[in-house]
Amino acid sequence: MKNYIKITAAVVALGFISCEPEFDNPVEDNGFYTSGTADFTNYVAVGNSLTAGYADGALYITGQENSYPNIMANQFALAGGGEFTQPLVNDNTGGLLLGGTQITENRLVLAFDAEGNPGPVRLEGTPTTDVANNIGGPFNNMGVPGAKSFHLGAAGYGNVAGVASGAANPYFARFATSANATVIGDAASLNPTFFSLWIGNNDILSYATSGGSGVDQTGNLDPSTYEPNDITDPNVFASVYSAQVNALSAGGAKGALVNIADVTSIPYFTTVPTQTIPLDAATAGALNAQFTLYNTQVLPGFVAAGLLTQEEADLRAINFQAGVNFPIMMDDDLTDLTDILISQGIPAATAGLLGQLRQVKSDDLVVLTASSVIGTLADPENPQSVIGVAVPLGDQFVLTATEQARVAAAAAAYNAVIEGLAAQNDLAFVDAKSALGRVAETGVAFNGGVLTSQFVTGGAFSLDGVHPSPRGYAFTANAIITAVNAQYGSTIPTVDIGNYATVTLHNN
Amino acid sequence: MKKVLLLAIFTLASAVMYAGGYRVALQGNKSLAMGHTGVAVVNSAELVFHNPAGLVFLENKLNVSVGGFGVFSKIAYHNELTGASERTDSGVSTPIYAYASYQATDWLALGLGVYTPYGSAVKYDDDWAGSHLINNIELQAFYIQASAAIKVNEYFSFSGGFIYATGNVNFNRNLSRSLTDLEGNRSEVTIDAKGVSNTGWTVSAMFNVSEKFRLGATYRSLIRLTADEATAEFENIPNSPGTPFADTGAVAELPMPAEMTVGLSYEFCEKWLFAFDLNTTFWGEYESLDIDFENPAIPDSFNARNYKNSINARFGLQYEASDRFTLRGGYYYDQSPVQAGYFAPETPRNDSNNYTAGISFKVNDRFDIDASFLFVHSIEVDASYDYYLDGGVAAPFGGTYKTNAFVPGLGLTYKL
Repeated sequence: MKNYIKITAAVVALGFISCEPEFDNPVEDNGFYTSGTADFTNYVAVGNSLTAGYADGALYITGQENSYPNIMANQFALAGGGEFTQPLVNDNTGGLLLGGTQITENRLVLAFDAEGNPGPVRLEGTPTTDVANNIGGPFNNMGVPGAKSFHLGAAGYGNVAGVASGAANPYFARFATSANATVIGDAASLNPTFFSLWIGNNDILSYATSGGSGVDQTGNLDPSTYEPNDITDPNVFASVYSAQVNALSAGGAKGALVNIADVTSIPYFTTVPTQTIPLDAATAGALNAQFTLYNTQVLPGFVAAGLLTQEEADLRAINFQAGVNFPIMMDDDLTDLTDILISQGIPAATAGLLGQLRQVKSDDLVVLTASSVIGTLADPENPQSVIGVAVPLGDQFVLTATEQARVAAAAAAYNAVIEGLAAQNDLAFVDAKSALGRVAETGVAFNGGVLTSQFVTGGAFSLDGVHPSPRGYAFTANAIITAVNAQYGSTIPTVDIGNYATVTLHNN
Repeated sequence: MKKVLLLAIFTLASAVMYAGGYRVALQGNKSLAMGHTGVAVVNSAELVFHNPAGLVFLENKLNVSVGGFGVFSKIAYHNELTGASERTDSGVSTPIYAYASYQATDWLALGLGVYTPYGSAVKYDDDWAGSHLINNIELQAFYIQASAAIKVNEYFSFSGGFIYATGNVNFNRNLSRSLTDLEGNRSEVTIDAKGVSNTGWTVSAMFNVSEKFRLGATYRSLIRLTADEATAEFENIPNSPGTPFADTGAVAELPMPAEMTVGLSYEFCEKWLFAFDLNTTFWGEYESLDIDFENPAIPDSFNARNYKNSINARFGLQYEASDRFTLRGGYYYDQSPVQAGYFAPETPRNDSNNYTAGISFKVNDRFDIDASFLFVHSIEVDASYDYYLDGGVAAPFGGTYKTNAFVPGLGLTYKL
């Protein structure tokens, strides 16, 4: 009898003790995942909009929560990673105020129009994030939207007094530690044990997204003379990038360097086809008639006079056909014939039209924002002013093959620097160019789908066509984690990117 | 009195699954203490559940058994590939039971019982890794059973009974793995159905081979609970024609599977009783959990389950230690009805070992106090649910699960 009570008591006690089901090897346990030779205690991410979690043309809270550094930090936490702070904005509207005046646009959302067609529109509403209110930095996420490589070390880049004139960056002004603080200085002051650096995208991207409307500054070593849409000289990039790597790894921190993706991986450049002007045979014939003299007399005349090469003359010939045609465009890389044409007695308006005119070619890239311009009327009162047919598409809407070559050359130079410095400093090298290239070319399968760079539906990119969606950022985080594990022998798990959102549906 | 009792049951009781599927094997403190055996054990009104045919062999004219359980159950989940982990916080639930039998004549006994053979209460953290399959569920099915038992002779009896079943269910899950509103809140749906009822039947027989050796068999029919007037409430839905989710009615059906139990009991060394039950639950009926939304714009929800029939072997031992104390112990092996690839986190059950023990204290000739406890130990299992579709593409959800439950129970037996 007594024995029974004892046994009963023992079994009861066993029941209570075991009430929590325990795995043999719980993932929460210290040591289940390891940091290898890295130390994730204090992770600092430095970069631009991509690092900040910018998406849909704006910075907003849920975007920031899905920034690749934040996703990585959540995974790092499984192997000793500490708290990861971010300069969260005030709302999910996106858009910034400066002293109460809105200075950047709200986020894009996918809305359905009256016909049921989906398309990106700006979210309505007044943003509440005023960059005049400094929230006190630094933060573990030092991603500053808009920053180019040489901005990270530029004193005054976060001085709110310079925001209105464009001398300073509104995003950094929110959390710069002082008017003269630099992004890299504030980041280094956190004494990171681990860092990631992804910078240089904007050094080519603003040129590319502006349709090459800036200048390729290769050869100009003074970035203070650059305009916003210029391409940064690769030597300038190498110099500042090297200094940044040194600053971040000064305390012995390990880290990951991420390279620059091709613009052709980005839906902003791959969504709008080059042939967009539908014409019937009669209209095509009528249009061609207007250019007959130009094609058969003017262009050969310029070649004969040595003003144009035969190659450029061929490029400039205008030819419409029944079917979907290449729109006409301005190309500022063409020889400007305006003055010569005027001197030949051509009216100024026509001379201006023909001065740098050609048709878009199949190796050009028409940017996403051109979709709302092509085929519309330049002058709403004038039905003869169809853009792409009678009025050339502006230079800012087309990244020509020539311009692409400049972008590719600079990107290749930057990437060589990034890869070289990673090897030299025993840092993880993340080949984002190849990873995003795979997304664009073949798509990448994941649990429950295939990630592609198809605009809106592909899942990888947000509605601005340039910045990733949360799912795209999760894919990026996985790529970095994989490279970090390979470099440092850590075993950080990747995330299931199917759990991350793509584009946000909303009708205003 | 009965109304008060029923009200108490309906408001207090909720059960955590801890037998295969959403079967709740907690139908009496005496029987649970003996490994939930009882189809051939004649000792109390718990026979109303286990084998009403045995009621005619009870010594007393009036027998009442009432009691309840506190269920502390936990589920742990993790996924080694992603590092995701989760523990349920389902709280304590308290299934209760009440049985009465009345010896009308020498050859006829009547029995009445209320019990909760099916139920489930699982609460994961909202938006956990498997939230597109379930955030939380509360399911209760109450059976009210009236049986008549007829004694053919001292060796053989049989019974037939009528069951009225009524159930409630409340189920919440996120609509997909990633859909949110503008503020990033996950879009979710709550299905709620109350007072869903249907009827069923039960038959049983008992054969006394000798004074010490009994055989018994009980069959309880399938009862389909069809919720014709369920409600579906959608929350955090984006304001978009692309997501036409709005509150609507819904139709859903859940089978309460049939159950067949055969078993024996054997008295030995005067004070000892051994019992063995073999139970089959016909889970094969549970092929799919489908939700048909009234609003035609909302796509219906199809969730394959494809359960298989399960077999449980149960062993119990009783020892009359003294005039006052009776000790019981038992074990049963619970085979999960869930097949590979269909392991959904709303009923994350794998095969389990179940250990039971209990004690009865005889207060006087009329009253016994019965205490029991059950410890459910399931082996950790790598499993997945492979039939979730994301935009038409299968997106398996898997990981490692481990569950256990600790169930103390207390009851009262009255004889007159």
